[in-house]
Amino acid sequence: MSLLDDFMVRAILAGVGVAIAAAPLGSFIVWRRMVYFGDATSHASILGVALSLALELSVFLGVVTVALVMAIAVTLLSRREYAMEILLGVLSYSALAFGLVAVSFISGVRIDLMAYLFGDILAVSRADLAVIWLGALAVIGLIAFRWKALLMSTLSEELAHANKIDPKREQLILTLTLAITVALAIKVVGALLIAAMLIIPAAAARPISRTPEMMAVIAATIGSGSAVAGLWLAYLIDTPAGPSIVCVSALSFAATNLLSLANKQ
Amino acid sequence: MSLIELKDLSVAYGSSEVLSDVSLTVNQGEILTIVGPNGSGKTTLFRALIGSVKPSSGWIIRDKDLKIGYVPQRLHIGTTLPITVERFLRIQKNNAQISCQQALEKAGIQELAQKQVSDLSGGQFQRVMLASALLAEPNLLLLDEATQGLDQLGSADFYRQIEKVRTETNCAVIMISHELHVVMSTSDRVICLNGHICCEGTPEIVTSDPEYHALFGTGTDGQLALYRHHHNHVHDENCSHDHSEVAEQK
Repeated sequence: MSLLDDFMVRAILAGVGVAIAAAPLGSFIVWRRMVYFGDATSHASILGVALSLALELSVFLGVVTVALVMAIAVTLLSRREYAMEILLGVLSYSALAFGLVAVSFISGVRIDLMAYLFGDILAVSRADLAVIWLGALAVIGLIAFRWKALLMSTLSEELAHANKIDPKREQLILTLTLAITVALAIKVVGALLIAAMLIIPAAAARPISRTPEMMAVIAATIGSGSAVAGLWLAYLIDTPAGPSIVCVSALSFAATNLLSLANKQ
Repeated sequence: MSLIELKDLSVAYGSSEVLSDVSLTVNQGEILTIVGPNGSGKTTLFRALIGSVKPSSGWIIRDKDLKIGYVPQRLHIGTTLPITVERFLRIQKNNAQISCQQALEKAGIQELAQKQVSDLSGGQFQRVMLASALLAEPNLLLLDEATQGLDQLGSADFYRQIEKVRTETNCAVIMISHELHVVMSTSDRVICLNGHICCEGTPEIVTSDPEYHALFGTGTDGQLALYRHHHNHVHDENCSHDHSEVAEQK
């Protein structure tokens, strides 16, 4: 098929890879009400991009490092005086602002900041694709490995303790997978829309799910479907790719909610 | 023999000490009720028993066969997590379907197995938590205000169920409750907690006090009296704090 030029195939594979990694993680973010945490981590990733470019490191490493440092800083700083979202707000916008300023200092290379803010999925290389799929497998593997413990500490920390599970450790695993996923997704949908890729498919899956596994699988299906449909849309009517993907998953959210409303009547 | 023993246990959150010098022994098969005003450290005492907070001083001596079943005060299960009652039970410790069925029966709610947890009423949910605690086949059952959200009839039913479980399995039960008039009949021992153990004794000793009847006699009157926290009943002789001060705070 001539439509599926090489870059299109790569774009679709990249989108699907990120969507699959984002689905189970996004479900946990929805269940644990960590939406703002996901948002903050993805905004902070711009600082990671700036540092990587300045130090000539891989963007993936830079973003993972900054995301982790931010998550740990939030945990260490959290006190009674500050609700969690205040700290997240302070740190994420500081990181975003410092990142944007830092990028402006980097001379020599002309950096298209738009690509990191909104993603550049059509420019995904074979090497990017390898990183995305390896990262996605690592995220899925980690979550699958800790699935039960994660579910239990999500249901209740007290319950987890009673079952000899440390909820703090499970939280750390989610933080780590979140950092990896943000680093994978920055090329696909960009720093500003990563959280959408995590939350919207999971939220869309919720009204039509009866078990946690079902919700993760449906979220993966909706996410992958949105990636493919969004890219087609972008190709056909020449819209920006990352936002198009998010638009399609937003429409899925509306559809599943209408469906469950209709079922309840 | 004793299942768990606390010796001079103190717990502090930051600089504020929530429990100080609590000593307590719990024996096989006994039902122990803990009463005390809000913020008196009841839930913290439970957390220390299950090991989720570290004591700042003192010891906890656990029997090597100790198995704790815990029914927490209020479990914040977000309705965003889709899960059936049966699955909710099975997820803990790889429970077999059959033992989940049995636990639901013991808690008197076998018909709820396939319901979504987010669709349960408060009372139904506490029964599920009881079933979940029973799955571990505990010899010590901890109930933290387990009847919150149940009406009087429901509470009485719930405690009868607890007594039945105790008779069937000979497990010890420690419960925190504000509904003294309901739990008194089932308790072997009552402990009054206010940062430290103010007093303890059998319900007979405690309830034989005429003042006690005035305080805990009926419904909400009894609960209000509890917060005023008078101390006209049996007392530890080495208890040193000034009880009038507590009365004035409320």
